Amino acid sequence: MAEGQHKLAIFRGLLKFKSNQQKIWGVLIFLSIVTTIEVGLGILKPEILMTSFLRMKLLNWIFILLTIVKAYYIAWDFMHIRDERSGLKNSIVLPLVILIPYLIFILILEADYIFDVMDIGFVSWNF
Amino acid sequence: MEVTTNTQVNERELWGGGAKPFSASYGKIMMWFFIVSDALTFTGFLVSYGFSRFKNINSWPIADEVFTHFPFLHGVDAPMYYVALMTFILIFSSVTMVLAVDAGHHMNKSKVTFYMLLTIIGGAIFVGSQAWEWKNFIKGEYGALETKGGQILQFVNLENNKRISVQDFAIGINSERQTHKSNIGLWYQNEKTLPKITVEEVKKGFLANPNLTIRTEQISENGQKTLLSRDEAIYKIDDAIGVVEGANLIHNEYGNRLFADFFFFITGFHGFHVFSGVVINIIIFFNVILGTYEKRGHYEMVEKVGLYWHFVDLVWVFVFTFFYLV
Repeated sequence: MAEGQHKLAIFRGLLKFKSNQQKIWGVLIFLSIVTTIEVGLGILKPEILMTSFLRMKLLNWIFILLTIVKAYYIAWDFMHIRDERSGLKNSIVLPLVILIPYLIFILILEADYIFDVMDIGFVSWNF
Repeated sequence: MEVTTNTQVNERELWGGGAKPFSASYGKIMMWFFIVSDALTFTGFLVSYGFSRFKNINSWPIADEVFTHFPFLHGVDAPMYYVALMTFILIFSSVTMVLAVDAGHHMNKSKVTFYMLLTIIGGAIFVGSQAWEWKNFIKGEYGALETKGGQILQFVNLENNKRISVQDFAIGINSERQTHKSNIGLWYQNEKTLPKITVEEVKKGFLANPNLTIRTEQISENGQKTLLSRDEAIYKIDDAIGVVEGANLIHNEYGNRLFADFFFFITGFHGFHVFSGVVINIIIFFNVILGTYEKRGHYEMVEKVGLYWHFVDLVWVFVFTFFYLV
C-alpha cells in the first residue's frame, strides 16, 4: 500500500495529518487523553455522575461510551479499516454491530429478571 | 463487466477469479475472519460476566477495593493506577506495531526490526504485569469468613473504619489438627493445605475485640458495602464455616465466587492471546531480520500479525472497562 492510499483525516475531516506516521501519533495522543479521562473519573467519582440513568449509573454509561470511542479509533486507524473497501468494512463491522447488542440485550434482561426473582425472596440465596 | 488490471500485482497473489476480493489478500481476509469470530468469543465471555453481575447487582464486589496494589508502594491504597499503566503500555505497543507496519510499506527493514522489537518488549511487560496482578489477587489481603450459603464476611475495625486482616485479630487455639497427607494416613485420601487459622480462632478473636464488626457483601443505597452493628455481627458470625484467604476458582475472599472465576477466565484468556501474540511477533521479528520479507518483496506478514496485535489491544480496552472501571 503506497502512502497516498491512507486516509489521513480523523474526526470527520476536522483534523488532517500530513503523513501516516503523524496520524498514528495523533491517534495515540487522543487515546491517551480518553484513557486519562476514564481513570480520572474512576478515581474522583464525581457525585453528579452517580445518578441512575436507565438502571445504571450515569458514570458507567460514560465509561462504556468512551470505551466504544477508543475501540472505534483502534479499529479504524490502527487496524486500517478506514482504508479498506466498504465491502470489507461492512462484512467485518456489521455482524459485530448486529450480534453483540443482541447478545447483550437478551442476557442482561434475563439477569435482571433473575435478580428480581431472588430479590423478592421467591428463591432463597442467602441461608 | 470490466476488470481493472493492476500491473504491479504479482500473478501468484491473484485469486481464482483473476482479482483480489475487496482488494485485500487471502491472508488478510482470513485474519479478519478470525478476528470477527474471536471478537464474538470475547463478547460471549464479557456478556456472561455482565449476566452474573446484573444477577447479583446488589452484592457484586467493588473493583476499587479489590485491585489496590502498585509495585513498590506497600500498604498504599492505589486503585486502578496499575491497570491504567498496563493500558498505556498496551496502547503504546499497539502504536509501535502500526509504525512497524508503516515502515514495512516503505520497505525499511531496519525500522521494521526496531519497532517490532519495541512491540515485543511492550507485550512482554504487559504479560508480566498481568501475572503480578494475578499473584496479588490469588494471595489476597485481608482474608474473610465464608458462610454456609457461600456469603463472604469481611472485618472492619470501627476505630478507624478500615478493613482488618483476620490474621491480625485471630487468637490462637492450640489444636492437634494437621493436614491429612496420604503418606501418614489412608493412602488413597488427602486434603488441601489447611488455612493457617481456623474459624474458631477468628471467632474467639472477634468476640474478644469490641471494636470489630462485620462487613457483608450487600451494597447499600450509597454504593458502599453494608456494615453490620456489633450485635448483628455477633449473631452473624455463627454462620461462618470456613476461613478464606485470597481467591481461587472455588473460594474468593473479595465476595462473590463468580467474580474470581470470571476474572481468572477472561483476563487469563486475554493474557493467553497476548502471550501468543508475543510468540508470533518474535517469529515475525526473526523473519524480518533474516530478510524473508525483503526477498518476498512486501511486508504483508507484519501487517497481518499487526491486525491480531491491535485486536488484542482492542479486547483489553473492553476488559479494562468492565472489570476495573464500571
